[in-house]
Amino acid sequence: MSPMQALFPNIDWPEIGQACIDTLLMLGGSLLFTIVLGLPLGVWLFLTAKGQLHARPKLYAVLSLVVNVLRSIPFIILMILLIPVTQAITGVSIGIRGAIVPLVIGAAPFFARLVETALREVDRGVIEASQAMGATTAQIVTRVLLPEARAGLVASTTVTAVALVGYTAMGGIVGAGGLGALAYQYGYNGYKPDYMLVTVALLVVLVQVLQSLGDRLVSRYSRR
Amino acid sequence: MIRFAAASKSYRVDGALVPALQPVDLTIEAGEVFGIIGHSGAGKSTLLRLINLLERPTAGKVFIDGRDVTAAQGAELRKLRSGIGMIFQHFNLLSSRTVADNVAFPLRLQGGADDAAIVARVDELLDLVGLTAHARKYPAQLSGGQKQRVGIARALASHPSILLCDEATSALDPQTTASVLELLADINRRLGLTIVLITHEMDVIRRVCDRVAVLDGGNVVELGPVADVFLHPQHPTTRRFVAEADHREGRGAEFPGVPGRLFRLSFRGEATYSPLLSRVVRDTGVEYNLLSGRVDRIKDVPYGQLTLAMHGERLDDALVQIRDAGVDIEEVAR
Repeated sequence: MSPMQALFPNIDWPEIGQACIDTLLMLGGSLLFTIVLGLPLGVWLFLTAKGQLHARPKLYAVLSLVVNVLRSIPFIILMILLIPVTQAITGVSIGIRGAIVPLVIGAAPFFARLVETALREVDRGVIEASQAMGATTAQIVTRVLLPEARAGLVASTTVTAVALVGYTAMGGIVGAGGLGALAYQYGYNGYKPDYMLVTVALLVVLVQVLQSLGDRLVSRYSRR
Repeated sequence: MIRFAAASKSYRVDGALVPALQPVDLTIEAGEVFGIIGHSGAGKSTLLRLINLLERPTAGKVFIDGRDVTAAQGAELRKLRSGIGMIFQHFNLLSSRTVADNVAFPLRLQGGADDAAIVARVDELLDLVGLTAHARKYPAQLSGGQKQRVGIARALASHPSILLCDEATSALDPQTTASVLELLADINRRLGLTIVLITHEMDVIRRVCDRVAVLDGGNVVELGPVADVFLHPQHPTTRRFVAEADHREGRGAEFPGVPGRLFRLSFRGEATYSPLLSRVVRDTGVEYNLLSGRVDRIKDVPYGQLTLAMHGERLDDALVQIRDAGVDIEEVAR
């Protein structure tokens, strides 16, 4: 018996490998769509807030409420509530594709709020200077706000990606696959502590890698 | 030429209208350096921002070169703004772009120009402000004075006819302030563009401005050529600003025990350097004590201001001689 088998008697390593791939696919897919939806939503929140470029207090209040509602529903409940929506969009309600819809709807409002906060960190004077130079709102967003907030946006993306790792693990419970599913099925229900240990360790490694990658990018983009 | 016609501004605070600027009628001539001085909250920042419509007047109108711009919107507004440069107290540079890219920024916003033309223009501007060696640096790597020079280069990029300066030297140390003001005066002379600057320091006004408006509580309380306002301030607010800049004493109560009456003499131009006092003393036999004084320049014009205590039998003759030489005399109450 090899030392690996002695330490981890129950583990089917190819299955762990597949679970890693599934988790990364869910994470990558959901992060991509979270950014695609959350970034414009965050910009919209920022622009319509009181005292900003396109202040629309009532619209802002509505957007803000929707974001808050979506953020307050526990992810596990959101996942179940969204099953019909998921089926309508992807044709399936479980599996990797099925998990991406609730993951995005759970994470995009969270990310949007982080984007809004990051944009508020941009010096108002710089925005005023751009207006004084005759910039359009679109130019201010794409050439001033987003580049100036780059470090903050990368940090927000990192936080969101880490949160998504947690969400994907929960997705495992309802059959989305991935490391979370293994931890739950074999580690918790099947009482195989070595499964629990390995899957959790891999999740920890994933989070560490994401965080240090994010931190490195943030410090590279910080020009203050 | 910039003209305010009864332009005023109020802000809505908790439902109530709070006036920031009372109706202002004011004309700023093309090519002059016009200073607006006031304490914080006096409305000077609002007045400056009416020119490029970062603030819109609540009532009244703003004309630029005879054209009513008050209602400009959309593309018209952006075109107007691209013809007006602006620099700021805190420089407001893009921290994520290099010096060269900051200067190129307004040109890229407008589009149209090809990259070679932009690069050439940026080189020319960096040369003008003396920052050629720093083109590849980021703003965070520069000193305050250098940042303001980048701000000036950026403001001049699209050949504006007007440059607005919003407390442009207030965050700088005195030496850097002097060099930035020199640069502004030089730009005004060489490019002939109109400069409107706001400040709370009379010294800034004295060094570069041709005319000045004093703002207090949203009203223009004094307006005129800098030498007139500086040497003969009328309004109490103006007097305070001048006194701060001048470290002026010369109040009667501060000189107890000095015999005679107190006079403040203001010389301007060539009179500043003529040996007037010694001649008057020789001719009339009056005696004087010099209590305080200063000889300096207002923009390019030399001036002097002396506070004297004078006594003697022929004092009145002495005063007439001094006045005849073109020197202003005010008696200071003691």
